[in-house]
Amino acid sequence: MTVGESAFLIPEFAPAAAEIVVLCMACVVLVVDLFVSDRHRWITYGLCLLTLLMAAMATAMYVPRETVLTFSGTFVSDPLARVLKLFTYSVTAVVFLYSKDYLRERELFRGEYYLLGLFATLGIMVLISAHSMLTVYLGLELLSLSLYAMVAFSRDDPVAAESAMKYFVLGAIASGCFLFGTSILYGVTGSLDLGQISRAVATLDGLNIHLLFALSFILVGVGFKFGAVPFHMWVPDVYQGAPTSVTLFIGSAAKIGSLALLMRVLVEGLGGVQESWGGMLLVLSILSMGIGNVVAIAQTNLKRMLGYSTISHVGFILMGFLVGTREGIEAALYYTIAYVIMAAAAFGMILLLSRRGFEADELEDFRGLNARSRWFAGVMLVVMFSMAGVPPFLGFWAKLAVLGAAVDAGLTWLAVAGVIFSVIGAFYYLRVIKLMYFDEPSETLKLGGGSDLKLVLSLNAALIVLLGIFPEGLISLFNQLVMSAP
Amino acid sequence: MDFPLLSTLIWLPITGGILVLLIGDRRSGLTRWTALGVSVATFVASVPLFSEFDRTTAAMQFVERASWIERYSVEYFLGVDGVSMPLILLTTFVTVLVVVAGWEVIRQRPSQYFAAFLIMEGVMNGVFASLDAMLFYVFWEAMLIPMFIIIGIWGGERRIYATLKFFLYTFLGSVLMLVALIYLYMRSGSYSIAAFHDFPLGLREQVLIFVAFLTAFAVKVPMWPVHTWLPDAHVEAPTGGSVILAAIMLKMGGYGFLRFSLPITPDASMTLDWLVIGLSLIAVVYIGFVALVQNDMKKLIAYSSIAHMGFVTLGFFLAYAIMRRTGSLTGAVMGIEGGMIQMVSHGLISGALFLCVGVLYDRMHSRKISDYGGVANTMPTFAALLVFFAMANAGLPGTSGFVGEFLVILASFRAQPWYAFLAATTLILGAAYTLWMVKRVVFGEVANDNVAGLEDLTRREALVLGVLAVSVLLLGLWPAPLLEVMGPTIDHLVELMTRSKL
Repeated sequence: MTVGESAFLIPEFAPAAAEIVVLCMACVVLVVDLFVSDRHRWITYGLCLLTLLMAAMATAMYVPRETVLTFSGTFVSDPLARVLKLFTYSVTAVVFLYSKDYLRERELFRGEYYLLGLFATLGIMVLISAHSMLTVYLGLELLSLSLYAMVAFSRDDPVAAESAMKYFVLGAIASGCFLFGTSILYGVTGSLDLGQISRAVATLDGLNIHLLFALSFILVGVGFKFGAVPFHMWVPDVYQGAPTSVTLFIGSAAKIGSLALLMRVLVEGLGGVQESWGGMLLVLSILSMGIGNVVAIAQTNLKRMLGYSTISHVGFILMGFLVGTREGIEAALYYTIAYVIMAAAAFGMILLLSRRGFEADELEDFRGLNARSRWFAGVMLVVMFSMAGVPPFLGFWAKLAVLGAAVDAGLTWLAVAGVIFSVIGAFYYLRVIKLMYFDEPSETLKLGGGSDLKLVLSLNAALIVLLGIFPEGLISLFNQLVMSAP
Repeated sequence: MDFPLLSTLIWLPITGGILVLLIGDRRSGLTRWTALGVSVATFVASVPLFSEFDRTTAAMQFVERASWIERYSVEYFLGVDGVSMPLILLTTFVTVLVVVAGWEVIRQRPSQYFAAFLIMEGVMNGVFASLDAMLFYVFWEAMLIPMFIIIGIWGGERRIYATLKFFLYTFLGSVLMLVALIYLYMRSGSYSIAAFHDFPLGLREQVLIFVAFLTAFAVKVPMWPVHTWLPDAHVEAPTGGSVILAAIMLKMGGYGFLRFSLPITPDASMTLDWLVIGLSLIAVVYIGFVALVQNDMKKLIAYSSIAHMGFVTLGFFLAYAIMRRTGSLTGAVMGIEGGMIQMVSHGLISGALFLCVGVLYDRMHSRKISDYGGVANTMPTFAALLVFFAMANAGLPGTSGFVGEFLVILASFRAQPWYAFLAATTLILGAAYTLWMVKRVVFGEVANDNVAGLEDLTRREALVLGVLAVSVLLLGLWPAPLLEVMGPTIDHLVELMTRSKL
């Protein structure tokens, strides 16, 4: 059957049911929010959580056995996409929940945060399901534009506005590069469809100069979205400048979007010329691990430190991708999800410690936390050791998977470099623990925060411990997904 | 045996530690008694390990095996042989003493203190009982977390510097081992340590793996020149922390050589044995001199630990030199047995010495030798015990300290008389630095009013030190049961380490 025969075919909508739900609900919430007074703003919040729940149901209930393409092959629904989307909903829901008290105390508890969050989620979903460079770009821009606005939405805060400007200008350049690379790729392969691109590049020489051009520009875009060195300049500023609830979203849920971008474009579309982009990612990976870990040591602001820590973790994720094997991709996926779980908890702790008129985003604010709340000092301890990659926590297994993939591909030296950088990195995580446990508190105020925030944060930390002691489930889930993919 | 004894020894203290955390500081009496109950129960549970142990075989005993992470063939695989079993007993035994020793001394957050020690006990038992390399690594690293907290919260003035240095040093050493383990897994397809023992490897690979293992274990032992974290950590740690560090954590390095380096990379060990022997002799001689000039009691004992651990590593790596020189393996077993006994004995003696310093510190809040003098006049019982442990530390015949050193010196004489000569200097140096310290602290006129006001041991302190004194004496007079337990395992080990893998 060719498209030419009939002028217009009604596409199959079922695979995109979740996206349609989110889009429609976002529009409904937009209207509802107009008529809701500030006192009843929780309706917006509740509706957004309901949206995510409905989307989850739509995704979970649609279970075809194999991969389904729709919308003239620009949209794909495969098992991997469905699992990643389910993760996205959960993380977004957790992010919304963590942010609620923080926003309310800053009189930012307005519909915009949640609506923009929903649109960003939609962007991530489109990215996850993209099967054409055009869809990729659509998803990417929807995500990015929502994020720019989210960073800026604390209107009266000049720092936030500055970060938003930086983010927007640099992001626009990166998007431009990505688009430019896409157009060259179109010139080389004659198609925007990822399946056809994949078939076309398989016939090309890996050193084809046009292809390399296209790859370089696309990698600039991908590197920027991930925050890999040398395209990382925005990360610390945006992490520090944005309201913490937004940083939380950028640091956790949005990372799944970057992951999807890399998966779809590089692995699926350009997997055939892995040797061409593997070397480029190698440079990004080492630089990210090195600069991220070393510069993080010098930070006094926790959000900024976590920004650099993200950069170093991105280095590890890229290490998984660059080896190009299925083991590597599996490890990178696992690492990203593990990182997202840890980052959510880390920023959740900052939100918990913050209160009206006080941002707990300096390292000093964690001083003596053990004397104020043993439980939440324990939570932060778990998160920090997990991020440092100390067993028996989740972060260790993620590191192990990536290192294993690198060693298996004969890149033992890269694994050695990775572990040495992670020892350097351990220092700044330990410093947080030192402040919490070894120093006396400068204030003895009880912790604020609603009981829902405390409960979910505790569950989040418990998940890090549980997935550390029983890692089998998550590991085999990604193993099945990657191994079953064509 | 069906009862999962080793799992009990790992998880009972960990669960107990969590329980103690939950009880909290407000009911500190209950906290202490629970901690003591759990540690005693663990010790009692570990006794069958010794009594039921089959002394005729080198095979692993009390084995438990279950799949843990199928994707990476990681197993929950536990078992003990003649090398690991005594070390587990040492762990459970010393932990009880540490809990008792911290009874009244720890006023700040006692529940976290006792919980940290109990959790650490479980994790350390896990290190010795693991037969799966990844499980071993998980325990090995997890052990750093409670120790980091113990030194950092309850330590001395420079505790933060000391604890960060301790953590980063050991972490750096062990991540290289992690890469080596991953490499071995990728090659052999399993994380089972026994499979690593049988897996053939080229010399280049072996050397790289050996170096990775060496960094991990040398830091832990610690060997010169990566020993510098130890004096800091020991001095700043609270008494209980120093005891656990000296008595058990240092032994993990030695254990690692026996379990990993020697049998997995026998050819590299043979090629590079001069390196380990050289570093060990430097530790024995040079660090002995360094110990001589210390004016801080804890620092002196810390340096003495490094020197004594030098004996352990020396004994382990003598086999190749013996084979080269005499063409036979007689004496190789003796070296390793000497090293093992030295490990157990040093665990008891250094633990006891740190407890003695703790006793003085609790009264005078000083570790400086010059602040003391004539303690024997006011604390006669304590002085008697301290002198006894000091003699044992110097290797007096009849104490456990003598047996290990004697066996190692005998074996090194077979390998190369010069080794024996250098190693034997410890008999002089060890006596010099220990007894000189004792002389300055214990004997002479009462130095100042503080010393004059000292009170002798409480019943609790006397009990702890007395039990240790009896075990040191027992092991020194009658080491046969321990040798009998280790015998077949060490024979098997010598066979593995001399079988070329090329």
